[in-house]
Amino acid sequence: MTEMLDIASQIIDLVRAQAPAAEAEVLAELDTLALTRFANSMIHQNVAESTPHVSLRLHLDGRTGAGSSTLTSPEALAALVDRTIAATRLSPADPTWPGLAPAAPVLTSGTVDPAVAAATPEDRAALVRAFVDAAGGLTTAGYSRTRLVEGAFANSAGQSVSGATTEIAMDGIARTASSDGVARLASAYLKDIDGAVLGARAATKARAADGAIELPPGQYEVVLEPTAVSDVLSCLVMFGFDGKAVNEKRSFLAPGEAQFDPSITIVDDAVSAGICGFAFDSEGTPKARTPIVTKGVTDGPVHDRRTAAIAGTTSTGHASNESRGWVDAVAGNAVIEPAGAGAPITEVDGPAADSAVAALVAGVTRGVLVTDHWYTRVLDPRTLVMTGLTRNGVWLIENGQITQPLRNFRFTQSYPQALAPGAVLGIGSHAVTLPYPYGRISLRVPALHLASWNFTGGASG
Amino acid sequence: MTEFDAATAAVEAAIAAGARYADARVMHRRLESMSARNGEIEDVDQGEDLGLGVRALVGSGWGFYAVADLSDAAARMAGSTAAAIAKASAQVPGPEAELLRAEPVVASWSSDCVVDPLSVGLSDKGDLLVSVTGDMYKAGGDQSTALYQIWDTRKWFVSSEGSRIDQHIRECGGGISTTVIGDGETQRRSYPSYRGQYGTRGWELMNELDIAAHGGRVVDEARALLTAPLCPAGETTLILGGEQMALQIHESVGHAIELDRILGWEAAYAGTSWLDLAQLGSLRYGSDLMNITIDPRIPGALGSFGFDDEGTPAAKRDAVRNGIWVGVLSGRDSAAVAGLNYGGSVRSDGWARLPMVRMTNVGLEPGPHTLDEMVAATDDGIMMDFNRSWSIDDKRLNFQFGCEIGWEIKNGKRGRMLRNPTYTGIGPKFWQSMDMLSSETVAWGTPNCGKGQPGQVGHTGHPAAPARFTNVRVGVRG
Repeated sequence: MTEMLDIASQIIDLVRAQAPAAEAEVLAELDTLALTRFANSMIHQNVAESTPHVSLRLHLDGRTGAGSSTLTSPEALAALVDRTIAATRLSPADPTWPGLAPAAPVLTSGTVDPAVAAATPEDRAALVRAFVDAAGGLTTAGYSRTRLVEGAFANSAGQSVSGATTEIAMDGIARTASSDGVARLASAYLKDIDGAVLGARAATKARAADGAIELPPGQYEVVLEPTAVSDVLSCLVMFGFDGKAVNEKRSFLAPGEAQFDPSITIVDDAVSAGICGFAFDSEGTPKARTPIVTKGVTDGPVHDRRTAAIAGTTSTGHASNESRGWVDAVAGNAVIEPAGAGAPITEVDGPAADSAVAALVAGVTRGVLVTDHWYTRVLDPRTLVMTGLTRNGVWLIENGQITQPLRNFRFTQSYPQALAPGAVLGIGSHAVTLPYPYGRISLRVPALHLASWNFTGGASG
Repeated sequence: MTEFDAATAAVEAAIAAGARYADARVMHRRLESMSARNGEIEDVDQGEDLGLGVRALVGSGWGFYAVADLSDAAARMAGSTAAAIAKASAQVPGPEAELLRAEPVVASWSSDCVVDPLSVGLSDKGDLLVSVTGDMYKAGGDQSTALYQIWDTRKWFVSSEGSRIDQHIRECGGGISTTVIGDGETQRRSYPSYRGQYGTRGWELMNELDIAAHGGRVVDEARALLTAPLCPAGETTLILGGEQMALQIHESVGHAIELDRILGWEAAYAGTSWLDLAQLGSLRYGSDLMNITIDPRIPGALGSFGFDDEGTPAAKRDAVRNGIWVGVLSGRDSAAVAGLNYGGSVRSDGWARLPMVRMTNVGLEPGPHTLDEMVAATDDGIMMDFNRSWSIDDKRLNFQFGCEIGWEIKNGKRGRMLRNPTYTGIGPKFWQSMDMLSSETVAWGTPNCGKGQPGQVGHTGHPAAPARFTNVRVGVRG
């Protein structure tokens, strides 16, 4: 039994002793996170922590309550149980309690790379050193991050599962006096992250973005690099694919309808080898590969137990740790399927991130290559019209060639509309895993060639 | 072993391991939140966290380590580990880091609190949220929600320079919101704002908000918005209500004057700033009506404290005076780099996070007008309030905001309601167009300001009042 599963089981035993009629579920995690941050080409912040976190949810006499703590001594666990029982007894009635997840095995205990788990501050600094050196004298900034999360879930219905996962990520920019370029990548394995490759890519982009001109706002054909597509997918995940948003008719998602281009297939996959994440959710429901969109046709949202009960279906294993007031079910390992596993992607000359992006650029007569999105926010939840800005490198494409760096745009664009039938002109041959700034979400995306993107202003107004 | 003992042990261990400066914070935080939807409780959560974070400076590099264990052995391990991490930073070194000189402080501070929010019964709080959202749902609010959040934080700070400070800060607040579903779109109205209003106050703030009295109006306005005309597109005179002004200040002034951004320390993620230190004291940021202060001493405002998280006593400071940029948000290390003589704006969101430059209370001093006077003085314009979306570039220049509700202003009177109002602009041009400013100031609280890697959530305050701007582009749509 793992340490976390032992803690979860202790809490269930304490609840059974004090409130035998209670339905109880416990998620226990130990998050060992280290992040080495650099700016102005020097390491300026360098942090590490090892933080346990236990969450207890109870349903007792028709009422539901929850408590959490970072304290794991026997006395602290007993105090957590005491106060959560007391709080639950004082809570208002919860008529939509969906019950506990039944006992069921998980498909995998997760991917752990011992090299990531054992990474030292010196290892992370070495990645930074390589990134800075490869930028060839440009000013650099970013981070290298390693993480090991060990987790376990237990409930009073007999479910008892555990897992562990590692992640290494690097995200950095190189800067000229007037332009930035970015490179970022995440993986479960240390060997996949090469600071020198990323530093060189960021520097190439920054140099190629120098001397940018302003293009008039309007509708442009675009190639979105994976770094920008990651933003598109994350917004679909948060505001469209959540079963709660669909139940409440706040989402555009319409199961069974051909809402996307036939080339688009989106799944949530937390169970394949090399995935950063657990194969069970915070309610203990095992995850499986979950189709969300298949060849343009919407399969359906992801669910936790409560949203599934309301929708008359079963949980897909996507309960999140987020506040239920905001989002319930999160497809935290969503993937836009690439166009196919062709030749291995390689670095290329010029500002395109890699050979898969360059192949899409070659098919554009006149359009815009976008490296990254920034500060995207919902303007209209139902149609998922977003506003945001481009960042870290934008270029004009003419006759399949990148011809001119452009100044940043503001855009105002419906994301589902950008992926609608007929709107997707090409999909990159490879999906890459990118680090996500918030929470433990790991998305995999290819580049996309889209027929139209609505740029509504230049960065200067 | 007391909290001060643990922090002291961590600092001693860091110094023994080679640090030339170290500080440590023990923090114990209790959290409680509840939300209800359509007459049913949706979420009740009570949390507690306790731990120690220690910061060590070796050469040019900082190291930080955090543990959820206050034993002497764990505290000393944390201190020595922080120093070891700082030494690793030397693999990619920079100029020797200096700290602004500070006198050691031994002190205690507590925020004001009339009604301890954790002492109010859960059932009473739940009954309030259930009752309000149930009534709103019955009145036609398809998805009617209410929430409150409470944070009760105790901090013990020790530095190798001899500071020893404990603080007790209680924060709470909440609000209501409804979303109505129309044909192909949704409309939302909230009170007093979408996330609610928050302060360093007790439950008396929730009592004053009196959310039950506003549910019916909020639902009526949301339903009316479904059939209201769209906000027209073009350039016009814009009056912003106080709640939207708070976010306008937060995004286009507060973040822009963060010294770590100006110095490039946040370049890769949060971004930089359009401000250049060479222009501090001479750059025109806005019109003469624009007077922005940094003041963590405002009683009850969400960004208030007695001492920041590196032990600097709270002090009021000008950021913009008569439209001229004159001050920044800074810490001891960033101020030393910039050659400034003040810090005082360094905070962390918990014991496991490195303190960094954050907003405290950044707000507008009151102006000479009233909202009614502004409307009366406007022949043709639009009024907007209550933020719905916000987006701004990485230099904090180009912004676009959406509001929940707008109104046409014609011939000095507020007219018909407008739906999906948006406006966009460039920071200094926008602020220089401010030609009327109200005296009706409210210290709005923002409990969800994100910054840093790993991410930190900051609690900030923003005194703000309605204001009028000219020649603003409105009605931007997809």
